[in-house]
Amino acid sequence: MEHGNYKAINKSVRKKDSMQLLTGKPVYVDDITPKDALVVKLLRSPHANAMIKEIKTVNALKVPGVVGIYTWEDVPNQRFTNAGQTYPEMSPYDRLILDRHVRCVGDVVAIIAAETEKAALKAMRLIKVTYDVLEAVLDFRTAKDNAVLVHPEDNWIAPVEVGGSNKRNLVASEESSHGDVDAVMADCDIVLDRTYHTKAFNQAMMETFRTYTELDRYGRLHVISSTQIVFHCRRILSRALGIPKSMIRVEKPRIGGGFGAKQTAISEMYPAFVTMKTGRPAKLIFTRKESQIAGSPRHEMEIRVKLGADKTGKIRALDLYTLSNSGAYGEHGPTTVGLSGHKSIPLYTGSLEAHRFNYDVVYTNTMAAGAYRGYGATQGTFALETTVNELAEMLGMDPTEIRDKNMVREGMFMPAYYEETANACALDRCLSHCKEMFDWDAKYPVRDMGNGKVRTAGVAMTMQGSCISFVDVGSATIKVTEDGTYNLIIGAADMGTGCDTILAQMVAECMDCSVDDVAVFGADTDASPYDSGSYASSTTYITGKAVEKACTELKKKLCQIAAGMMNCSEEEVVFENGQVRKINTDQTISMEEIGVKAQVFNTVPAEATATHTSPVSPPPYMVGMVEIELDKLTGQVTVLDCMAVVDCGIAINPALARIQAEGGLVQGIGHTLWENITFNDAGAVAENSLMQYRIPTRLDMGRLKVEFENSYEPTGPFGAKSIGEIVINTPAPALAHAIYRATGVWHRELPITPEKIAMSRPE
Amino acid sequence: MEVKVKLNGKLITEDVAADLLLIDFVRAHGCYSVKRGCETANCGLCTVFMDGTPILSCSMLTVRADGHEIQTLEGLQEEAASFIGFIADQGADQCGFCNPGFVMNTIALLRENPDPTDDEIRVFLAGNLCRCTGYEGQLRGIRSYLDSRKG
Repeated sequence: MEHGNYKAINKSVRKKDSMQLLTGKPVYVDDITPKDALVVKLLRSPHANAMIKEIKTVNALKVPGVVGIYTWEDVPNQRFTNAGQTYPEMSPYDRLILDRHVRCVGDVVAIIAAETEKAALKAMRLIKVTYDVLEAVLDFRTAKDNAVLVHPEDNWIAPVEVGGSNKRNLVASEESSHGDVDAVMADCDIVLDRTYHTKAFNQAMMETFRTYTELDRYGRLHVISSTQIVFHCRRILSRALGIPKSMIRVEKPRIGGGFGAKQTAISEMYPAFVTMKTGRPAKLIFTRKESQIAGSPRHEMEIRVKLGADKTGKIRALDLYTLSNSGAYGEHGPTTVGLSGHKSIPLYTGSLEAHRFNYDVVYTNTMAAGAYRGYGATQGTFALETTVNELAEMLGMDPTEIRDKNMVREGMFMPAYYEETANACALDRCLSHCKEMFDWDAKYPVRDMGNGKVRTAGVAMTMQGSCISFVDVGSATIKVTEDGTYNLIIGAADMGTGCDTILAQMVAECMDCSVDDVAVFGADTDASPYDSGSYASSTTYITGKAVEKACTELKKKLCQIAAGMMNCSEEEVVFENGQVRKINTDQTISMEEIGVKAQVFNTVPAEATATHTSPVSPPPYMVGMVEIELDKLTGQVTVLDCMAVVDCGIAINPALARIQAEGGLVQGIGHTLWENITFNDAGAVAENSLMQYRIPTRLDMGRLKVEFENSYEPTGPFGAKSIGEIVINTPAPALAHAIYRATGVWHRELPITPEKIAMSRPE
Repeated sequence: MEVKVKLNGKLITEDVAADLLLIDFVRAHGCYSVKRGCETANCGLCTVFMDGTPILSCSMLTVRADGHEIQTLEGLQEEAASFIGFIADQGADQCGFCNPGFVMNTIALLRENPDPTDDEIRVFLAGNLCRCTGYEGQLRGIRSYLDSRKG
């Protein structure tokens, strides 16, 4: 199927909130909530593994302005997960709001509530804690079946069986395969066996974690939080606090970035607990340091890739084993790891005869990991694409040709991708398009610049998903106002991505109106129809389809009202050009007339709600290329050109899709070249500020260029797939490739810093 | 300590704590555009003008602003209005949290250098971090504004 001529789709309209954001209006949690709320501060553990013997709060409680100090003795003893996932969660129930057993540096020991920040901080200093310090497991390679258990407790629960066991430090474990991998591998001319190491990286969204809570006018807990997952938050809080879901309302205002970090309830339960204890409004704003050391970073992974190929460069077998470090808690541990194989191996569906993918996810006494854009696919893509580049270099083949020879193409059945078929796949066109746009043939050769610097290029391709198949649910409610305009109400979370706007564009396309005639509201558990939330690249694909369905339902209702007004049957009218016309006549009823009629002596609701879900998760595809200049003396890498071509089906809003892609590429450059989270011998994070955790500035990313190749996904709204996550995956393997070209060294550990480059020698 | 600060044209005389940071002072006076992003003078989100010069309000004591004029984006709406639409047209506002600091420094840039090159724009705004856009869209927005002025 082809894309039609759209009026509102594939148009670069401004984001609906643009002017409010660019003029600095108060739209975020801390701007719109009362200044006189109790200030909540958290005392955190200095130890990686310890039992609390005693907490003395008597002196701290004497500080004027201190309202309450809460410790493990005060909280419910029911374990829960912070992970924002559909119930029953794949992540283990391994947390308490406060636990006597602290399992990482930064784990929360006490909650302090005070009238002012100064009082809270003074009280924090006066709390005396005596710890029984225990041996810690800090290296994730030694965690499985270690004598030291991160979660020895008996009330640890796995709501879903994922192969984990707290008595083995194992969060999850699985083996899967297709075909006889060992036999095919044995028959291969070339077998590459390589191990890669990717680190924990912080999302470093500009707005740190933050939550405001109060009791509303009905005495219910009202939570205003910077979250991607209002409905999951409600459920998590209900279990953690031991109060009914009916007593909780969660809403999000504008969000200052998420990237997956806010798919975990990092900050919500602490002020919520204070409000439930005191009955008073409470607010917790994470400092940047807290966001850095007690956030929800990418899972550190060690990935072993065995690739079997023949001499012509045909990739016949892939065997991946991923060891993932979930840190002290299991949020998103069992799920992120899956993508390292399931969303890398299928790239080579074109030639693959057999594959195997096994994994273990382990607990360690380090900061708990979570969801971060790419969600495991980023790590797996780095490992597999680097191995493929090595194969190409070994065979003396152009790495774009080896991909062309092996890649997945439209119509192929993908055994490695949940046995789905690639109904919409323009990966081949992405490759040829990117090659031409980037001028690959000119930039790929190593060019000595004569000043100790060399220039060259690298390439990678990638895929992601467009939802969690058989799980994610999106909904939309559309209402007509008496002036003929529309209200769109959603439970998905616009965290800067622009989903409010692209969903309004879909309404405009369906209802044949202007995007300006669609007001968007979301997300609020009391008012929004159910939506899993904005993650897993699902909002365009799942919630978008719900919008399309809701418009179809709404048109039927509007025709019914209009038919009544024209004294005819519903079958005699048709919705066209944004109004209802009686067939075979010029008689029309406008939306405004219907809107007015809907409020007078009427029984047909001028609104509709629709819900959507999907048994498939159609992958978007992408090819990325990067040209660098490398200083052979210092190891300094300068990114010159970073280009990509993406197949997201169709960009609902090309400007926003382009920005998403550009932003993802730059985040990818950051975690490839500088960003790093390291733990010292005591298990503390060294990079605890944006001074040490250096994210890219506008001087670091070279020239970006992103273009699109359309495909038509039959199950997506207007043929669309997704864009949000895939765009972060290509920089690491493409840069590692270019660095190899420049130096003769394959760096298999991220980040690839100038120091590592300068100190390395060709194998 | 008593300070006299002219905030967005309005003279404020107030007794403030010696350790009160300027960012907290201006936010307490309703200037919510000023954001705290890093606390270590790395991100540029808290940029305000002191006597017309951009400074980081997270790293400035309120008492140091005594006798000075402080401007935030709340007081510079018209000047910002001339170019922010071009940034919106690129979709480069994204989450928006870094926007006020970025807009403030862009105002400072355009006052100092009304016709900057792309590299001059990059260098001037290098202290304004953004995690969403990858910066290129912000640059395109400023560039298209500059081009529009040339007619």
